[in-house]
Amino acid sequence: MRRFNWQIWAGFLIGVFALLSYPTIFVQWPATRDFPWVNILLFVIAEIFIFVGVRRAFGPDRGIASKIGAVILASLSSLVLLAFIMVAFVSSTWMPEAAGAPVVGSRAPSFTLADSNGRQVSLSELQSMPISSAQPRGVLLIFYRGYW
Amino acid sequence: MRGIERSLDKFNAAGIRPVAISVDSPEQLRELVETNKFTFPFLSDPDLTAVRAYDLVHPGAGEEGRDIARPAEFLIDSSGTVRWVNLTDNYWVRGTPEQILEAAKTLP
Repeated sequence: MRRFNWQIWAGFLIGVFALLSYPTIFVQWPATRDFPWVNILLFVIAEIFIFVGVRRAFGPDRGIASKIGAVILASLSSLVLLAFIMVAFVSSTWMPEAAGAPVVGSRAPSFTLADSNGRQVSLSELQSMPISSAQPRGVLLIFYRGYW
Repeated sequence: MRGIERSLDKFNAAGIRPVAISVDSPEQLRELVETNKFTFPFLSDPDLTAVRAYDLVHPGAGEEGRDIARPAEFLIDSSGTVRWVNLTDNYWVRGTPEQILEAAKTLP
């Protein structure tokens, strides 16, 4: 019996992990989120395994099934890599420009919103509520997309 | 947000109060805050009043085509003047605690 072509499967699975781990794991740290170097490194490793696996599948002692399997897994791996490029670098830039957002030196628009306890909180309250008994010097508003 | 929470001692020392705003409901926010043990305020803007006032509406980008906020950060001083703005081009790339604390040094 011919030995299992583990390299092609390892390459495929590492690629899938490289895709899925970016939005779920590596976004947690600015150092791995702002530029996804860990995921890119994982993809490089995945592609090396795929390359070795495809070469092996097309070796002299392998049958047609082995070749077809390797081509399918290598193609799926390319799609996974494309999906990663879309998610990390392309679709994430499809945002409105926010041309009317407040600029440096302008007055911050005031608002009153409910917090996670349902309590109404205003911007002026956030500016004046003490931080460990000292007057705050500033408020950092972080608008985010939401977790839905 | 987890990065902000990890740097909260530094923000406190600098006198900066981080505040997160999204279209999530207060109930969703409570779950988020409890799961992640966040200790800074999270505000709910389901009607996009603040999001619209800051011109950050991203139409149809949420679940089921809901309007949400595009990511952005604003540092506001105690008089209510905007001192630093970060409108990212890619929503994965956000202001780091280091950048924000550097910007906070310019506050009066």
